[in-house]
Amino acid sequence: MMLSARQVQEYIQQGLACDHVEVQGEDGQHFEAVVVSPEFVGKNMVQQHQLVYRALGDRMRQEIHALSLRTFTPETWASVND
Amino acid sequence: MDAQEKIRAQVTANPVVLYMKGTPQFPQCGFSSVAAQILKACGVNNYVSVDVLSDPEIREGIKTYANWPTIPQLYINGEFVGGADIMREMYQNGELQKMLPKAA
Repeated sequence: MMLSARQVQEYIQQGLACDHVEVQGEDGQHFEAVVVSPEFVGKNMVQQHQLVYRALGDRMRQEIHALSLRTFTPETWASVND
Repeated sequence: MDAQEKIRAQVTANPVVLYMKGTPQFPQCGFSSVAAQILKACGVNNYVSVDVLSDPEIREGIKTYANWPTIPQLYINGEFVGGADIMREMYQNGELQKMLPKAA
């Protein structure tokens, strides 16, 4: 069965405490995600992306060919949405 | 030499190393293509690119090396900098341009 953007969103939410997750992607392999999590506070971009990859675990190696990521702390997310 | 040692040797012997699918001239994936274009836009021409498609051990080993499951991966002075999204963000805010000329 083809992986949907909604499933990817659920996988991320199951593995990481998020304020907000938005996933797009129609072809079952390429996805774009915006993730807002308090766990990103004090971490650099590499560490933030690693937290999302950890939440996805083996799915990142097997099912998902490509995931374009943008990560925000609740504070930076509030400032880009002003 | 196992894959981890090989990667360590590559990233420490060369100031700028890009692990990608294909080559800068003939990238085999959109994300790898973006990564190579960003380096070019930064004026970096003399970097080392490693085509992971031609070496299955490196292709798997590089994911473990930086605990990063995707390709491309950029290393500057032996340090993992990021994948395509992070490269793009650092290029847009000027951080990458500051890091690269000193290294290359």
